[in-house]
Amino acid sequence: MNQTISLRVNGLPETHEVPANQTLLQFLRETLDLTGAKEGCNEGECGACLVLLDGRAVNACLTLAVEADGREVTTIEGLGHAGDLHPLQAAFLKHAAVQCGFCTPGMIIAALGLLRDNPDPSEEDVRWAMSGNLCRCTGYRQIIDAVQEAAAAMRGDPAPEAAP
Amino acid sequence: MSEPRWIGQDVPRVDGVEKVTGAARYTADLKFPRMLHAHVVRSPHAHARVLDVRVEKALRVPGVRATATGREFPFHTGIYLKDQTIFATDRVRYWGDAVAAVAAETPEAAAEAAALVEVEYEPLPAIFEVDEGLQPGAPLVHPDLGHYECVPWVSPRAGTNVCNHVKVRKGDYEGALAACAHVFEHTFQVPQVQHVPLESHVAVARADLAGKVEVFTSAQSPFTVRHLLCACFSLPHGDVRVTVPAVGGGFGGKAGIGIEPVVVALAMKTRGRWVRLWIERAEEFYATVVRQGLTATLVSGVDRHGKVQAQKLHFLWNCGAYGGYGVNVVRAAGYTCGGAYEFPHVWGDSIGVYTNRPAGSAYRGFGMSEIHWALEQQMEMVAREMGIDPVEFRLRNCLGPGKSTVTGQVLDEHSGRVDRCITRVAEMLDLRPDRPRTPFHGAGMACAVKAPAMPNDASSSVVLKLAEDGVLEVLISGIDYGQGLKTVAAQFAAEAMDLPMESIRVRGNPDTDLSPYDWQTVASRQTWATGNAVLRAAEQLKTQLFAMAAQALGVPVSELECHNGSVVHPPSGRSLPITRLAMGYQFPDGHTIGGPVAAAASFVPEGLIFLDPETGQSPKPVAKWTFGAQALEVVVDPETGQYRVEKVAACYDVGKVVNPGMIHGQTYGGVMQGLGTGMMEELIVEKPSGRVANASLMDYKIPSTEDLPPEILVDYVETPQTDGPLGARGIGEHTMIPTAAALSNAIFDACGVRILEMPITAEKVLAGLKKQGSLGRCPGKTAASGSSAGDWGPGSGPDPGSGVRGPGSDLLPRSDVAGGEK
Repeated sequence: MNQTISLRVNGLPETHEVPANQTLLQFLRETLDLTGAKEGCNEGECGACLVLLDGRAVNACLTLAVEADGREVTTIEGLGHAGDLHPLQAAFLKHAAVQCGFCTPGMIIAALGLLRDNPDPSEEDVRWAMSGNLCRCTGYRQIIDAVQEAAAAMRGDPAPEAAP
Repeated sequence: MSEPRWIGQDVPRVDGVEKVTGAARYTADLKFPRMLHAHVVRSPHAHARVLDVRVEKALRVPGVRATATGREFPFHTGIYLKDQTIFATDRVRYWGDAVAAVAAETPEAAAEAAALVEVEYEPLPAIFEVDEGLQPGAPLVHPDLGHYECVPWVSPRAGTNVCNHVKVRKGDYEGALAACAHVFEHTFQVPQVQHVPLESHVAVARADLAGKVEVFTSAQSPFTVRHLLCACFSLPHGDVRVTVPAVGGGFGGKAGIGIEPVVVALAMKTRGRWVRLWIERAEEFYATVVRQGLTATLVSGVDRHGKVQAQKLHFLWNCGAYGGYGVNVVRAAGYTCGGAYEFPHVWGDSIGVYTNRPAGSAYRGFGMSEIHWALEQQMEMVAREMGIDPVEFRLRNCLGPGKSTVTGQVLDEHSGRVDRCITRVAEMLDLRPDRPRTPFHGAGMACAVKAPAMPNDASSSVVLKLAEDGVLEVLISGIDYGQGLKTVAAQFAAEAMDLPMESIRVRGNPDTDLSPYDWQTVASRQTWATGNAVLRAAEQLKTQLFAMAAQALGVPVSELECHNGSVVHPPSGRSLPITRLAMGYQFPDGHTIGGPVAAAASFVPEGLIFLDPETGQSPKPVAKWTFGAQALEVVVDPETGQYRVEKVAACYDVGKVVNPGMIHGQTYGGVMQGLGTGMMEELIVEKPSGRVANASLMDYKIPSTEDLPPEILVDYVETPQTDGPLGARGIGEHTMIPTAAALSNAIFDACGVRILEMPITAEKVLAGLKKQGSLGRCPGKTAASGSSAGDWGPGSGPDPGSGVRGPGSDLLPRSDVAGGEK
């Protein structure tokens, strides 16, 4: 059974007919070819598919596309691009917080969701907010450092000199 | 070379922007018009004869385009020992073994049809543990073991479950042991664990009507995949093209060949159509590959001065159902069995045993984490029993210049210095024996060593070429799956050519039709091997540039240098920008010399000598060693057995730090993966079904941000490697090798509980505390110590889980402890 949904994705309006059982992740990846959100486990355990739904980070694999009807979705593709990176993207690069990169879009979206609610998170806040995002490569240290530095940059605090 | 300009700098990852913006395309992201979707039919038995496979019902499902079975494709595959077929032919060997596959227009149709493939099985008795597999009369997992194709340096034993046996015999072990004042014997266990890359295995393939097979795959080794596909399907190399887009993690699980033959078989039955096989997370846990299990029995004979004189190491590897790659883990564990120590007299056996478990294979560390779990606890236990500070004991016994390894290789001053790493981590965590103590707080250390475990002729090659705008394009076929190879290759190229980083473009994501050959991205070999190849190719490139510039400037070649994007002649101060030479140099009158500038070069390690098959001796069995040490601080809760890692210190002799940010990332990542295996990870195989009970990220936990210790201190020693690029040697895998053992040593230091079976769960610690009789601190006593095990026969001994010894089996460990300490 199909249903028509209208939503905004990365600021642009989209209207599509979708199967009622299609996940938001399938819709984004297959219909819109937005492959930044990744399919890591399909059961909400890894966080690689995180997107913002009305500003809140959700697992796109556990959200139906029809649930996004009338709402605003932000994926990693809606943040920055070469030459104009979002402060979180720039901080991930500066802190060598990216390795294979498969978890990176979800990590950045999780951080963005956190910083919208809490612009000045403690390390504990960052750890807690991102504990649903698994990374097998980095060991998380540089990711946490990157999020805290990006938070400072987004608040307008003066940037520290160099990455460790 | 003068002070390096780029090597040692925090150059940002060259593929970073594509990864932080979501632009990077992984194999999982690829789509092709009318792409078909595959689903694999898997065995519901641990061990069974396959009597019949019927696909008629499956083919009637709407949208199904093809099925593939072992009857149609009875081809063997595997890298070192070809003990696997694409699909089961006569039998299945583990729960999840591939029996057939279906390709359909949608994933749903493929799954529905796969469920309708009818397979008739005759269940067979299954074995799950190594001691079962070695019993006389044990069911044979591979009755045809004697007929498989195999490289000459692997020794499968026909008529048994032994897929490889490496012997190391150095000095006079028995004589030396008899003269030792103290003898210690313990048995250690390591379970099977999974790699858990965030991108599971995925491959997309097409066989076209002209006979060309194209494969996109999430793999570590495009050329090895091509070579093994050609061997499997009897195809010429020119007809198989393998491309590796961005890879979402591998950790060894994507080394060698994996799911590619399955998808190629389906593609051959649906010519002209792309077929995609994506392994879902549950399947990834049991139906790809896992790290092998290990049962290690160690005997140490120590003289009155605290020097280990005689060391026995008996490794039984649980290789699971297939050992195509795992046989080389068995071999690596053999020639590295002494770890970072000098043992004058050694008796080593590393034995791979088939069982009806998921197949073992390469995993970050390649056997080293497992053997260090045993050896580094053994050394700690010996030191404590002898009343010697464990740091001092390690320094007294460790390898170093002039000392000889278990294979008789004598190390020199360029081989790396474990003693400096030990001393450094001891300083970082203040491990002085008289340091102030707090109850239930403890610290422990472990050393690490690893060599690249690879064929002696494993090689890398690169192509350097200049683009029209003077940008240097670096073509490599090593895979950057996160470790940073593309960036490192760019740094070496920029260094050698003295170019700014923005003048370098690395072309990774290799395509076997177009890219230079590289054996595999494994063994922590890429910085070293590809780095060397880049430096060599740069010399050739300079030769071409200088020949042109010498004519253009009218100066001798010998007086030319590269400097910041130009060829310069320092005596005259004249120079030519590389952009003027990239496509050849044109004189003012229009005549042109040279041409588009390009160079190729390769690297293969020199002077490697096979192990002697009877004694395991070789003056140079491997290309290089990387040494290191880690120490951990923990706090144990005596009420619950739960513990926290408060601080970690890590130090490695890497020869040369190439990129500080990235080497820190390797170290943090390795420490956390080591903590994962040490604290929480274990593949649970139910008996007798063989079903993997925790095949999800819900039930099989890997570390999250919540598990990150508050402090990880990192340092490096830089003893240059003679054949390393600017002295660098490998580090990627080494970072997780000592972690679990150091954790166990720290927990013992904190609460007196010695855990011999990985992982160290709170339940085990609590059980150990209870076994001590009180919840008090009991330093120096091991909860499960076997140091006075007596006659270690069936059903008794240090480790009740490990020990049934059947009459007539010569490969189970034989106790050397007669009455404990002498």
